[in-house]
Amino acid sequence: MKIVLNGEAREVAATDLAGLLAECGFSGRVATSLNEDFVPAGLRAAQTLTDGDRVEVVAPMQGG
Amino acid sequence: MGKTFYGVELPNPLMLGTAQYPSPAILEEAFRASGAGVATVSLRREGAGGAGQTFWQMISDLGVHMLPNTAGCHTVKEAVTTAHMAREVFDTKWIKLELIGHTDSLQPDVFQLVEAARILSEDGFEVFPYTTEDLIVGERLLEAGCEVLMPWGAPIGSGRGLNNTYALRAMRAEFPDVPLVVDAGIGLPSHAAAAMELGFDAVLLNTAVARAGDPVAMAKAMMGAVEAGQLACEADPIEARDMAVASTPVIGKAFLT
Repeated sequence: MKIVLNGEAREVAATDLAGLLAECGFSGRVATSLNEDFVPAGLRAAQTLTDGDRVEVVAPMQGG
Repeated sequence: MGKTFYGVELPNPLMLGTAQYPSPAILEEAFRASGAGVATVSLRREGAGGAGQTFWQMISDLGVHMLPNTAGCHTVKEAVTTAHMAREVFDTKWIKLELIGHTDSLQPDVFQLVEAARILSEDGFEVFPYTTEDLIVGERLLEAGCEVLMPWGAPIGSGRGLNNTYALRAMRAEFPDVPLVVDAGIGLPSHAAAAMELGFDAVLLNTAVARAGDPVAMAKAMMGAVEAGQLACEADPIEARDMAVASTPVIGKAFLT
């Protein structure tokens, strides 16, 4: 299925958000959103993906 | 004693940003050398290399309080979603709430700020709102659930110091029991000291240290300045006056003319 991950179009095999993170090699402290809505870590496995979904994966970064 | 920030007593009145340093090693040394007790942090898209995880390790090793921001957010929805992500990633209820309203000045959009502050406060967040020096906005933010106010000194990164000391002084007088932080615009230690002399409880700065030729030395200078300003405020400074007042006693002066 085709999704947009961090602004980039991607073809992925995963069908849920947890699977997507594993497939794309994300681990450690990250937070996720699906179509601009926050998805808590505990709900990622239950969050199914559909074609065209927009997923953001963010991590700690420097800030002021 | 200084006021607490949502029940947390800080070791000193310096909150330091973590962006724009020449290297992670210099960032780390700036914190260790200055002793700043709060680090502002952010969230950005994670790359394949896991850069965020390296940063997380370094910042958690510092043992400071983390204050994640919503930098770059222009809408309530965006800021609220970012705050939720930050709470999960940084494992803290603290959020430095920024709602940017103007591209050039990065002036806060105070209308959206109050709305987002209410939503987040009701959801259990401890909100540090980046605001203007407007007293009515301050009042509304407190009503919305904020227990700290962070008015700007000058636009972010401008290094201009305190643009409106009159209004900042008024804010201090209006909210005597609320922890107040000057956030943004500091360029020099004298600016930071001035904020503390006005009776502010802390100063939050980033660019002035990170972009200095020697960030580690400047971080130490800023710490010296905020501590001097705080001590001076507690020491009850004299009022300025227009005319000279001799400090050396006249009585007993030898008659030599």
